[in-house]
Amino acid sequence: MATRTIAGKTVQVNDEGFLTDSTEWTKEIAAEIAAEEGIGELTSAHWQVLDFARAYGDGKSPTLRQITGGAGLSTKDLFALFPKGPAKKVARIAGLGKPEGCV
Amino acid sequence: MTNENRHIAFICSKGTLDMAYPALVMGWAALGNGIDVTIFFTFWGLDLINNERVDHLELAPVANTSMKMTMMGVKTGNLGIPNALGVLPGMTAFATKLMKDKMEQLQVPPVREYLQMLVDGGAKLYACKMSVDMMGLSTADFVEGVDSVVTASDFMDMTDGAQIIFI
Repeated sequence: MATRTIAGKTVQVNDEGFLTDSTEWTKEIAAEIAAEEGIGELTSAHWQVLDFARAYGDGKSPTLRQITGGAGLSTKDLFALFPKGPAKKVARIAGLGKPEGCV
Repeated sequence: MTNENRHIAFICSKGTLDMAYPALVMGWAALGNGIDVTIFFTFWGLDLINNERVDHLELAPVANTSMKMTMMGVKTGNLGIPNALGVLPGMTAFATKLMKDKMEQLQVPPVREYLQMLVDGGAKLYACKMSVDMMGLSTADFVEGVDSVVTASDFMDMTDGAQIIFI
């Protein structure tokens, strides 16, 4: 298992850069991965999505439709907050696995 | 080249309920992964973006060898729905309802809502000019989000370098 140091903390990651142990995640790690993903500073709107994803359960990622329904934002807003691939970006920043559902 | 974003284009040529979903599911997955998506609707596929038709797409059991009696809850293994039974009035509506119920259980949105999600996620939808002319349609007949009516040649230009999937 590969490890990586993000925001001063060593965490386990897979070859696609997803954290493999979601309990190792911190808000500082989220901020650093978000910067890497070109998202910049995380706003309260970003956190509304990330908090929902973190609470989804068991280190699993919600699908995009579960996020829009559950976190209460539109598809347009979700794609604006996490442009160019929100499914992967939300999962990576929230320290979760790749989403397993299709919608 | 390396800076160019991956681009997938779907050609939807079928208007049945079962054949509406492949492009929607894959297109949505593509958008979620940061891939550009273009969908071109041609021939029967225009039903998917036709305001009058999109909520009434159907699935017919006749000549569909994959539809088995077991799907209707009759435990008969590989026995198909006999074509003679499939022609009975109401069988198409029945098969359609079966599929719609299943989709709802799996929380798969209806086609109209799915298309809207794709548009909101940045997918570009186009209608095929020849099919539109042949069926006497115009842009006013289409759901919101259909970019424009384009020719086959336009489609070739706009999908330069894209991966193309014909459905």
